Amino acid sequence: MKKFSFHPCGNYRENYSQELNIFETDFGRVCLILFLAVLFLVAPFVLSPYMLYILNMIGIAAIAAIGLNILIGYTGQISLGHGAFFGVGAYAAAILATRLGLPFYLAIPSAGIITALVGMIFGIPSGRLKGLYLTIATLAGQFIIEYVLIHWDSMTKGTMGITLPTATIFQWEISGDRSFFFLIFISLVLTTLFAVNIMRSKFGRAFIAIRDNDRAAEGMGIPIFKYKLLSFGISSFYAGFAGAIWAYYMVSITAEPFNLGLSVEYIAMVIIGGMGNIPGAIFGATFITLLNELLRYLTGVLMNVGFVTSTGLNMAPLREFVFGLAIVLFILLEPKGLAELWRIIRSSFRLWPFSY
Amino acid sequence: MDFFLQLLVNGVCVGLLYGISAMGFVMIFKSSSVLNFAHGELLALGAFFFLALITWAQIPVLAAFILTLIGCFILGFIIEKFFLRPLIGEKLIFVIMLTVGLAAMFKGLILLIWGGNLHTYPEFLPESLALKLGAIYIAPVYTATLVISIIFLVLFGLFFKQSSQGIYMRSVADNQKAALSLGVNVRRVFALSWAIAAMVASMSGIVLGIINGVNVHDLSSIGLKVFPVVILGGLDSISGAIIGGIIIGLLETFTGGYLSPSLRDVVPYIVLVFILLVKPYGLFGLVEIERV
Repeated sequence: MKKFSFHPCGNYRENYSQELNIFETDFGRVCLILFLAVLFLVAPFVLSPYMLYILNMIGIAAIAAIGLNILIGYTGQISLGHGAFFGVGAYAAAILATRLGLPFYLAIPSAGIITALVGMIFGIPSGRLKGLYLTIATLAGQFIIEYVLIHWDSMTKGTMGITLPTATIFQWEISGDRSFFFLIFISLVLTTLFAVNIMRSKFGRAFIAIRDNDRAAEGMGIPIFKYKLLSFGISSFYAGFAGAIWAYYMVSITAEPFNLGLSVEYIAMVIIGGMGNIPGAIFGATFITLLNELLRYLTGVLMNVGFVTSTGLNMAPLREFVFGLAIVLFILLEPKGLAELWRIIRSSFRLWPFSY
Repeated sequence: MDFFLQLLVNGVCVGLLYGISAMGFVMIFKSSSVLNFAHGELLALGAFFFLALITWAQIPVLAAFILTLIGCFILGFIIEKFFLRPLIGEKLIFVIMLTVGLAAMFKGLILLIWGGNLHTYPEFLPESLALKLGAIYIAPVYTATLVISIIFLVLFGLFFKQSSQGIYMRSVADNQKAALSLGVNVRRVFALSWAIAAMVASMSGIVLGIINGVNVHDLSSIGLKVFPVVILGGLDSISGAIIGGIIIGLLETFTGGYLSPSLRDVVPYIVLVFILLVKPYGLFGLVEIERV
């Protein structure tokens, strides 16, 4: 039995495998296990359906944000099309489930793979060019996909939308907030685990090398094009996966929500949470989803205040403004995002009362 | 045949508009290699300033026009000073995300103040500016646009080729660190380029407002349509922006006229992906060759 380890007071690592450890200390591991136990065993049975709904939305957003973080935070490429890729996933799952009658546990991953392929088509231009061209190509992707989703009537039923069948596994129907909570959070844990581990592998190191200095990376023999495309594929897979779960959760989908605003929302999650930090993406998803709910609540309250209605002010754009403000403030004041704040808080607890 | 000619003329006119909208964008890219996602909102801000000045404040048109240009020049300075200056030397991702954030902020602000409805300017251009060639009618706005865009094109060409500030801008765009070490005042260059870009954007916003009416959603979508235009023309070429604009404008009106009106708005982006795959530096862009 290994000794229970705490934070060392210096860098005592002796080999690379220690450097690659996910948890610095056993304490962190225990904390995470406790957190997961509370999350899975207590939360779904205590919280009200509305709270569960918010948690589910956070979970879905977190899956997509983790994927986007692999692309933005680790590979240094920006995608402005993740809102549309999310939509591709949702529609792929819906079409697979209604046309081919695939069960949900096959439809959701297949939707992810289809999205990855679609995403990679728009990733190809980034191979010839460095810098911002992927951003522009994905911007084009956003508009083209939106158009296809609305106008490819025979497949997507246009503005009518598609209604999905209930997800069932072994005669167990997944419907309602609580059973979806399990589906979403088990997926979130699995995808987080996958992301954390891919970042410790050869692929993750190649992504980081490309982000830090693409010329040096190429000089050291990393095939940049291949890895950029791979990173983009993984990232779109996550978006499609999240979209597919979302489609099952929402039951009926239309092309409306998958616009540029959604893409910006996901980027905001990554920036606010902390680029190049997987837990950061989850923080970001939580922050943005809660901000969304709060603003919706606030606009609802303000609509009923006499002063606001009498001056004819429309409070709905407030959401957009606060969103932009949050992105701008985080970039200017704390570019490493919530993950960095979290680290500062933790280390100040750890070091208290001798902060040096 | 008349239909074809009318489409041709319309396409060129719309394209010219795209071209001058893209000019401000290219200015910023040329001097600081920042892709400005808030460009559409800058257009909208200019258009709404002008609207406020002529309808609420009842200022004569010419004075209002000049005031708007000056106001947006100062606004450009302010944006640079408070939002972009802290990011000099930071990673490009942050700078671009900042412009995305600014875009959302400005859009929210404009929606809060003016709402999302369509506003129109009172008529003020004289009808004598209109051109009639046979069956084809060119509205006075388009003639004015043509004249304005040619004037600005010549002015910018001279500015970048001849004036010292213009040469500083080009040097900063080429290599920020080298320019800094040679004594170029990079901060001033950035501030000036944002100020000029905001000014040009406001002018284009006003022109667009005269033609289509002033609406935040339309103007900000034109700000995004700038991307196909500049990629086609070459990201760092101002004359390329105009020619790219005309090509995109023609493509749009012809697909709208002959194929389907709904395809019209997507065609520029399809072209964009195609260009990125085939000729990524555009028609007039500087080809960078990098070997490892």
